[in-house]
Amino acid sequence: MLNKKHVVLLASAGAITLSGMANVQADTLEETRSRGAVQCGVSDGLPGFSAPDDSGEWQGLDVDVCRAVAAAVLGDANAVNYVSLNAVERFTALQSGEIDVLSRNTTWTTTRDTTLGLNFTGVTFYDGIGFMINRDLGISGADELDGAAICIQSGTTTELNVADYFRANDMAFDPIVFDTSEQTVGGFQAGRCDVLTSDTSQLAALRIQLDDPDSAMILPEIISKEPLGPVVRQGDDNWLNIVKWSLFAMLNAEEYGITSENVDDMMDSENPDVARILGQDGNYGEGMGLEADWAYNIVSQVGNYGESFERNVGMDSPLQIERGVNALWNQGGFHYAPPIR
Amino acid sequence: MSVRPNARPMGHKPPFWRDRAKRALIFQVLVIAAVAAFLLYIVGNTQQNLASRGITTGFGFLDNTAGFGIVQSLIDYSSQSTYGRTFFVGLLNTLLVGGLGVLAATLIGFIVGIARLSPNWLIAKLAAAYIETFRNIPLLLQIFFWYFAVLRTLPGARDSLSFGEVFFLNVRGLYLPEPLFESGFGLIPLAFGVAIAASIALIVWNKRRHEATGKRLPAYWLSFALILGLPLLVLVASGVPITWDVPELRGFNFRGGVTVIPEFLALWLALSIYTASFIAEIVRSGIQAISHGQTEAAQALSLPRNLILRLVVIPQAMRVIIPPLTSQYLNLIKNSSLATAIGYPDLVSVFAGTTLNQTGQAIEVIAMTMAVYLSISLTVSMFMNWFNARVALVER
Ligand SMILES: N[C@@H](CCC(=O)N[C@@H](CS)C(=O)NCC(=O)O)C(=O)O
Repeated sequence: MLNKKHVVLLASAGAITLSGMANVQADTLEETRSRGAVQCGVSDGLPGFSAPDDSGEWQGLDVDVCRAVAAAVLGDANAVNYVSLNAVERFTALQSGEIDVLSRNTTWTTTRDTTLGLNFTGVTFYDGIGFMINRDLGISGADELDGAAICIQSGTTTELNVADYFRANDMAFDPIVFDTSEQTVGGFQAGRCDVLTSDTSQLAALRIQLDDPDSAMILPEIISKEPLGPVVRQGDDNWLNIVKWSLFAMLNAEEYGITSENVDDMMDSENPDVARILGQDGNYGEGMGLEADWAYNIVSQVGNYGESFERNVGMDSPLQIERGVNALWNQGGFHYAPPIR
Repeated sequence: MSVRPNARPMGHKPPFWRDRAKRALIFQVLVIAAVAAFLLYIVGNTQQNLASRGITTGFGFLDNTAGFGIVQSLIDYSSQSTYGRTFFVGLLNTLLVGGLGVLAATLIGFIVGIARLSPNWLIAKLAAAYIETFRNIPLLLQIFFWYFAVLRTLPGARDSLSFGEVFFLNVRGLYLPEPLFESGFGLIPLAFGVAIAASIALIVWNKRRHEATGKRLPAYWLSFALILGLPLLVLVASGVPITWDVPELRGFNFRGGVTVIPEFLALWLALSIYTASFIAEIVRSGIQAISHGQTEAAQALSLPRNLILRLVVIPQAMRVIIPPLTSQYLNLIKNSSLATAIGYPDLVSVFAGTTLNQTGQAIEVIAMTMAVYLSISLTVSMFMNWFNARVALVER
């Protein structure tokens, strides 16, 4: 019997096996223009990062990256086709060309960047793995987790980092591995495992999906580095540039105080950085085959990074995640986008 | 009779394209060459495509450290083991659920199939209801039923159902005591081996005697008693050199003993019960395929009922039963790959799931996985064909 996962894997393997050699110089920009939409790989539904809202529209920090690319390339942030992928499916879907951007809380690691024929384009969210437990277990630190059963999603860096942590601390654990986040949450709620583990941002998202969010708490320890970012295929440097600079445009817009609200007023700004971002002084999109208003479209339709953050995962959202290390470099955080000039 | 002007002289061979046998041979060679060329093309093309996309290829990854844990393993495994070892861990888990599934499905299937033909109205109807229910509900739903509706609703570790404080059942699984063998236990397998050898000798001797003198002993019952009794006798005589490691609630969970995880239980139950409903129908049709005249003829010889079944009906029915039974076994093993839907760590979930994703080597991993299912299936078929040839009617 085949399930969706097998079909995706087999189809991708088939595509790589049989497809001709013609498209050595892939032109994703041209394909996107003629299709009229960006093919964007997202999660199966992770609130705050990528999940459909009540009206079926995809929302989230990761979704906004795809919307920014669509705004830059097509002038319309809504021109995106979303493909929902679980952790196991995601890279094959990108390799085989089913999607052109993977924006699905994916950790940037050497293996993924260098052996899969893929390239990471930047970091949308600096994260780290944490543990969520039931309050009534009466545990206050991760060092008390010896012998615990732990629900983990299959095909994630979590699987690796949790094993490392327990080995380094000479503790044992039972990995209970499921394909989807729905199943990991289900397993946690039913008591199949004592601990639910994932990137802490995602734990916050999964916690609000629990029947009783207050029954669970997230332990203070962060046990790994998980820089999450968008991924594209190798071999199309221009497309890589477009995805990379779409995110940088959002970060630069925040840095120079350009928001979706004030962007039209900012068009007359005297500030040379603002003028360059908004295409009022030269066309910095030209090198990527884009119009001068590429970044204007991003900011006016999607907003700057800070707006997207607050709306999706920050204090304006149910997740209530602090900016912390995800603030800009001049606000005590890690986000430092190269200048647009 | 007119002679055609350029008729070939007698004894001269026709050109090869007129020779039917040679023509057939040529076509077969051509087809094989075309298939081989196509395969070569695919392999070459794949390698080129992967290289041009910067995707690492080859089987070198099998020696790298896996780095992730697996909840159930029949061999030594830790996160420091290699990806190659995850393959064997997954494979053995597949064989475990497949093998135990085949056993249980056969047992249930034969019982239900025979019950379906029972003259007792209630038994026959119950068997029919079993078959119609489980045959007509998709397997995946049955797996979900056992996993989510039954096993997920069990109490947590601290309120486990306890059976005599030795067996425990909770949402984490079934906890059984594990026998630990002390020194001196070696005698028991030895006794077991001796009993088996003696039983074979007994059966052979009994058969010869039966053919020569017409007398016989209930050899099968005797050997059964021997195989069970002798090791037991030695066990008692040597002062029972076994201690039991009884599971005990410590910290989060039970420790010690053997844990049967609920993912295994759900998959095994669903596969066995589902496949048994098909096997039951196969058994029923096999028995019904034997013409009633055979039974009547045997009755006319005043053979007792159990001998009619054993000597006349079953041997002939087996001939009809075994080929479709083989495909049910193959189905069961292949269906076990649904394991990934509930997170049982079988070959597809561990190797074609986690390992594939951590290494990204989809083609190699999928090829190895497909090769495994193919070889398991071919092995089962071969065995069943051999078995079928043994029990098949020798037409005289
Ligand atoms: N950042 C990690 C983990 C990513 C991940 O898949 N996290 C889970 C959290 S439980 C998730 O997003 N699941 C949502 C889904 O499968 O759609 C990675 O890249 O491997």
